[in-house]
Amino acid sequence: MSGPLEHLPALAVVIPLMTAPVIVALRRPWAGWLLATLVSWASLAMSLLLLQQVLETGPFSYLMGGWAAPWGIEYRVDQLDAFVLVIVSAIASVVSVYARKSVEAEIEPDRQYLFYAMFVLCLCGLLGMAITGDAFNLFVFLEISSLSTYVLVGMGRDRRALTASLRYLILGTVGATFYVIGIGLAYMMTGTLNMADLAQRLPAMAHTSTVRAALAFLVVGIGLKMAAFPLHAWLPNAYTHAPSAAAALLAGTATKVSVYVFLRIVLGVFGATGLLTALPVTQVLMVLALAAMFICSAVAIWQPDLKRALAYSSVAQIGYILLGVALLSETGLAAGIVHLFNHAVMKSALFLALGAVALRVGSTRIDAMRGIGRKMPMTMAAVLVAGLSLIGVPLTVGFVSKWTLVEAALDDGMWPVAVLILASSLLAVAYVWRIVEAAWMAQPGPELAHVREAPTAMLLSIWVLAGASVWFGIDATRTLGVARLAAQTLLQGVAP
Amino acid sequence: MSIDALPPGLLLITAALVLAVLKGAARKVLVLAAPLAVLAVVWSQPEGALLHVSFIGHTLVPVKVDALGRLFATIFLLMAAGGGLFALNQDRPAEVPAAFVYAGGAVGVALAGDLISLFVFWEIMAIASTLVLWSRDDDASRAAASRYVQVHLLGGVVLLAGIAAHVNATGSVAFTAMKPDSFGTWAILIGFLINAGAPPFSAWLPDAYPTATYSGTVFLSAFTTKTAVYVLIRGFPGAEILIPVGLWMVFYGIVYALLENDMRRILAYSIINQVGFMVTGIGIGSEMALNGAAAHAFTHIIYKALLLMAAGSVLYRTGKTKCTDLGGLFQSMPLTTLCGIVGALAISSFPWTSGFVSKSMVSQAAADSHLAWVWFGLTAASAGVFLHAGIKFPWFVFFQKDSGLRPADPPWNMKLAMVIFAALCIGIGLFPGALYALLPHAVDYQPYTAAHVIEMLQLLGFSGLAFFVLLPLMKRTLTITLDTDWLYRRLGPDLVGAIGKAVVNADRALRGRVMTALARLLEGVKATHGRHGLFARDLSSGAMAWTTVAVLGLFLAAFYS
Repeated sequence: MSGPLEHLPALAVVIPLMTAPVIVALRRPWAGWLLATLVSWASLAMSLLLLQQVLETGPFSYLMGGWAAPWGIEYRVDQLDAFVLVIVSAIASVVSVYARKSVEAEIEPDRQYLFYAMFVLCLCGLLGMAITGDAFNLFVFLEISSLSTYVLVGMGRDRRALTASLRYLILGTVGATFYVIGIGLAYMMTGTLNMADLAQRLPAMAHTSTVRAALAFLVVGIGLKMAAFPLHAWLPNAYTHAPSAAAALLAGTATKVSVYVFLRIVLGVFGATGLLTALPVTQVLMVLALAAMFICSAVAIWQPDLKRALAYSSVAQIGYILLGVALLSETGLAAGIVHLFNHAVMKSALFLALGAVALRVGSTRIDAMRGIGRKMPMTMAAVLVAGLSLIGVPLTVGFVSKWTLVEAALDDGMWPVAVLILASSLLAVAYVWRIVEAAWMAQPGPELAHVREAPTAMLLSIWVLAGASVWFGIDATRTLGVARLAAQTLLQGVAP
Repeated sequence: MSIDALPPGLLLITAALVLAVLKGAARKVLVLAAPLAVLAVVWSQPEGALLHVSFIGHTLVPVKVDALGRLFATIFLLMAAGGGLFALNQDRPAEVPAAFVYAGGAVGVALAGDLISLFVFWEIMAIASTLVLWSRDDDASRAAASRYVQVHLLGGVVLLAGIAAHVNATGSVAFTAMKPDSFGTWAILIGFLINAGAPPFSAWLPDAYPTATYSGTVFLSAFTTKTAVYVLIRGFPGAEILIPVGLWMVFYGIVYALLENDMRRILAYSIINQVGFMVTGIGIGSEMALNGAAAHAFTHIIYKALLLMAAGSVLYRTGKTKCTDLGGLFQSMPLTTLCGIVGALAISSFPWTSGFVSKSMVSQAAADSHLAWVWFGLTAASAGVFLHAGIKFPWFVFFQKDSGLRPADPPWNMKLAMVIFAALCIGIGLFPGALYALLPHAVDYQPYTAAHVIEMLQLLGFSGLAFFVLLPLMKRTLTITLDTDWLYRRLGPDLVGAIGKAVVNADRALRGRVMTALARLLEGVKATHGRHGLFARDLSSGAMAWTTVAVLGLFLAAFYS
């Protein structure tokens, strides 16, 4: 690729990074919103271009500042990177349109510009993690996204947001530290930080206990960042108390990018060492994934606050993704990767809709939402559509993921696992049914008398995502196709 | 894509969605026209696979027409039209659109050429039928809808597990005849049977259907169980397990219907009984038996809808459903009474009605296959059907004592719907050739032999006699009055009563034990996962950090062992 498009991989990260100080300098909420929205949509356009190029020509590299790898920082774009870039920037684009009204209502006027500055920084960090080919550079972006996320969470409406943010900060830092320790140990043995280089040199060192320790630290560290069970305890509070727009952004992107990092580092870098099959990594992961699917779905059923219920559901959904990964087969990986997209779409739609409820009702507690379906029919209809997708009803994206995952389990002859996957969707039925019951089966009380339908811009964002969860459920060829390609590329580096 | 290749199920669903936003005369026109127009489309489509769609790596065939599928699509659409006419004045705005989506799902299942399309329409039916129940919008129907949808989603999960395993094992999504010999096929069979109302999941049907509106129950009676019959005919012809399952359903329906007091619940139990005949036929598996099952499904939909229309008219006019509150209505509702009697005769297989020409095929198939016990069972059950549905329903509702109620016959549209369906019952009974021509296998069967007619009349005559002899027993379910004076009346009733009670008690005890175990499990889960349970607690940062260390320890231990 030549011309201005040549530097696309760098621009995708640099533009949001440079926008943050501009927003801080302008200090105007509307300017912050406008810039954040423009940047998000520009990233989406760039991500789509990158995806298109990868699909046409295959994976390619970009050398930062012209320095050759492994000394310089290499940006490498393959199908998986491009797919994750699209997920992150698409969710950010939709959330940015929505954010204006929501932020106006939830954050004091003199701090609103900070929200947008953190929003673009977070976007920059997440995109950077997805695009870089350098293990330490990844850590830098991880910290950029994490630090901005802590601030975003801390901006929540009440003081509990601060506690949630602090706990997230402590645990997030533990996770990041584990990651650095792991990468440090690997660096110690190989002398390189470039991922492709690491993947090449590690197999020779695979027998050493240092490399094994590195793998353990990396699995746990990244596991913490992606809220894998039982390392998820920071997540429910962080999502519940964060501002609505931030919760929607994080639910759709943050854990997804961490899953990507897991795939890239554990499978991409350590895959060739043969440790993944020699050591009981996948078995442990599978048990933890199944535990997440059942325990966290069950917890979600009894949560009084719906944002919290959905946060627990997110941990359960990470379980599905991890289960696909743990199968270590093309179909399993494809199921996990396609669920990155599918879950991002439906869960962000749900968090956006709950944000609209928070705006109009002032609470997302299920008791406060009795009869809300008659007052905010469009919003709650979107909740129903996304909820059905969460269950995995046919014609929604949830079904595509579930079917592919079940297929993968059956390919390996694990039919009990396949049954467990489907049985666990009944738990999703239970927590989605609670919403239906509260929203439509009760008559709205007097405290909802003044409640109106959500503002148009918010409805539009909600329905773009809810619509996408149906659209890509019916026409899954493209998403599943990219996920399969990504899985193939990833598996090429994994020793049997 | 021409209109010929459009999925008729989707056409009806689209019409239903349009219906949801229409009002007034346009709505009424569409209610009547849509099912008939779709019916015309079905009959204009040539046989064979008409549409191919690629979906997640499989080629789906959403429309595949053959004689069997067309037979069921036809009766589903006739039912939608008749039900729509009956419900023309239904003031619950959501009911008829939901019912048409439901019917569209049923048509979709009948014409689906692959398992995934089938599953999609299957789930559409589950959700739409829940909405039909729900549209009555009172506490009883909401609670029933909640239980109903849970059973069906569970069934959906079992079915999907089976489909996934079957597709994985065979590599094909095509919906063809299977044998229950693997995990996948067993799960598919169980998923189908849950919708058929087979044990141990029979209770969802009488629990839910009678809680719908006067017209909602008419729709509900037709689609779910009969699509299950259809998929069993296509998927599991000759699966022997279906014979005992079907016989169990036959007697389950009779026993519970005899003990029941609510007229619509009596008819709901009798759906299980009638589907039992069809399931038994499918289990026998000969061409005659399969024809019989398909034909019986066809005629059953018509006469059961007719019976429920009669019951619905009574409910519409009186607001009552309990036999004890009703009686003597023939004086002011002559047409409803007449139509109810026609339906009752048809369900009892009275000669010259539709039930006679269809059910006798199943019995005959049992005899031809030398399944003596099955034949005895079905014949005995025929007498039981006459007792609970053929006489009990019309007798207690329209005759018996004079309840003092003098409701008029229902509005013209409801009367017309009943008259048309009653005419179909008799028409098919008089001219069975038209129905036989639609059946999937060639028919070489003559229902009207002198021996057969006389045998049936004798059977019905004696069971009619038994009804009036056993009337005190029947009444005992209505009032608590014990009639102890007549010794000769007591012996028989007590014997029958004791057997009935034993069956009911065994059934209740079994299900009770399962329910207790489930409740205990749920309590345990709630204690650990509920609001303040172990897994839902807020952890301090320290506790989270220790968890992290523990997991790291776990991995290190695993890596160095």
